[in-house]
Amino acid sequence: MNGAEFSTGRLEPAAIAGVMSREVANFRTYWKGTAFSSILEPIVYLLAFGVGLGATLIDGVDGLSYVEFVGTGMVATAVIFASALPAMFGTFVKERFQNTYDAILAAPVDPEEVVTAEMLWIGLRASVFGCFPLLIAIVFGLDPAPGMLLVPIFCFVTALGWAGFGIAVAASVAKIDQFNYVTTLVITPLFLLAGTFFPIDQLPEGLQIAANINPLYQLVELVRAASFGFEATDLLRFASLVAFTLALWRIAVSRMTKRLID
Amino acid sequence: MLTDEQRPCAITIRGAVKRFGEITAVDGLDLDVPQGICLGLLGPNGAGKSTTMRLLTGQAIANSGELGVLGHKLPEESKVARSRMGVVPQLDNLDVDVTVEDNLAVYARLYRVKDVGAAVDRCLELARLTARRRDAVDKLSGGMRRRLLLARGLVHDPELLLLDEPTVGLDPQIRTELWSLIDGLRTRGKTILMSTHYIEEAERLADEVAVMHHGKVIARAKPSQLIAEHAGRETSEVYGPPDRLAELRALAESEGLRVRPAGPAIAIVGSERSPNGTIPDDAIRRAATLEDVFVLLTGEEAE
Repeated sequence: MNGAEFSTGRLEPAAIAGVMSREVANFRTYWKGTAFSSILEPIVYLLAFGVGLGATLIDGVDGLSYVEFVGTGMVATAVIFASALPAMFGTFVKERFQNTYDAILAAPVDPEEVVTAEMLWIGLRASVFGCFPLLIAIVFGLDPAPGMLLVPIFCFVTALGWAGFGIAVAASVAKIDQFNYVTTLVITPLFLLAGTFFPIDQLPEGLQIAANINPLYQLVELVRAASFGFEATDLLRFASLVAFTLALWRIAVSRMTKRLID
Repeated sequence: MLTDEQRPCAITIRGAVKRFGEITAVDGLDLDVPQGICLGLLGPNGAGKSTTMRLLTGQAIANSGELGVLGHKLPEESKVARSRMGVVPQLDNLDVDVTVEDNLAVYARLYRVKDVGAAVDRCLELARLTARRRDAVDKLSGGMRRRLLLARGLVHDPELLLLDEPTVGLDPQIRTELWSLIDGLRTRGKTILMSTHYIEEAERLADEVAVMHHGKVIARAKPSQLIAEHAGRETSEVYGPPDRLAELRALAESEGLRVRPAGPAIAIVGSERSPNGTIPDDAIRRAATLEDVFVLLTGEEAE
């Protein structure tokens, strides 16, 4: 090998950067459409729920205007849709239809590095897209707060976990239409049980417990805390998101290794 | 000059077995590839060629046996081995929306090439795609894409190149174009392991041919030696109604000659050894080919 340096360690930054550079090269070809929907979707939701519902049926929730409540909650919606779904579909398409991983793994890159790089890339993207609803909510009347500067970090950590979830799912299904079960049975219920559109403390106890173990709910609470004031329990919430992400990372690595190496 | 036996081996495989459930894709494979030669791995579909390639890239792990690439033991040292070999896959897995130069640059980074720009320029020149460097891959013709795939496998200037069915499904013109590129690499001293089921490809490019069947190598030599050893000098093709062909076949086989179907004809292999009268006057006599050897060794039925 000419002109190259090489080491055999695990999780080499050069390998991870190489895989991410492939994602960046591809993203440059389709970023406009993704950015368009990521910006427009929260506007539509805020108009429909925040302005429409807030102006007609709901005065406010927990001392917040409905626009403030929904605007901060929508961050979690943006994060899951910018992480779990692209990870599921992107991974499956690259593995099954484009044979991309065959090419990458023929280079000195291991499945663990591929998974880590793709999670990082999706996490970075989703941390940007996750901030759009907050910025748009500010346009609609939400007061900016210094704590909001931490929101990209909360989004990044949560999106990493959901990217790991999406990759693990993609590495476990046989056909792409099996994603329907995952979106219907997992993603949609978790999205609705995140406290985005309605507070969970009015729900039956079982659903409240389910919401509390939902990483999206923890993200929503952290974003609201960043906007309206932190409490000590928020550290626990953040720690739970880190634990969620670490667990999904290892599961994704394990599933993808099994899928990619015969 | 070193003989093949004296050269150090770029690839060493001893007794490799790879099973997928009930199916044994590679079945006790022994294979040495000396440095600096082009070895053609010839075999019908399902012979185990692609699985062998995947074993060498660490994308499949052998159930048993020993594998080494450029002195590195697999799968333990697969990552270092992969850094020193290039792979050109059977299927086009380029990023179609990305530009030609970005496709190359990504892989230069994956292979830790220091001067990515210089490597990209060199590969563009090799693939004669410099003028198309900023075009998206989906704007390229099939031949250009294949050249780009080959160039991508060479972006880190590897010592060993694995070509998995490099011209499968291509037009004859594009195939010839790729052959000259591969031949250029061979003459520059790269070690090449090329799996193919195109006999002409193996015959033209390979210094040696290993015929693979049911997961193991059943014959190996220079193409001319394989032909001389297994097919003799001459093959006679006879066309005619099925009854006549069946009768001729029986006669030739009773005289110890080997016969294989050749489309609507039968090919009597080694016909120079036939007693007078066995080969009819209307037979077309031609030199024996590697195809004769291939069909004789691997059987008549397609898998």
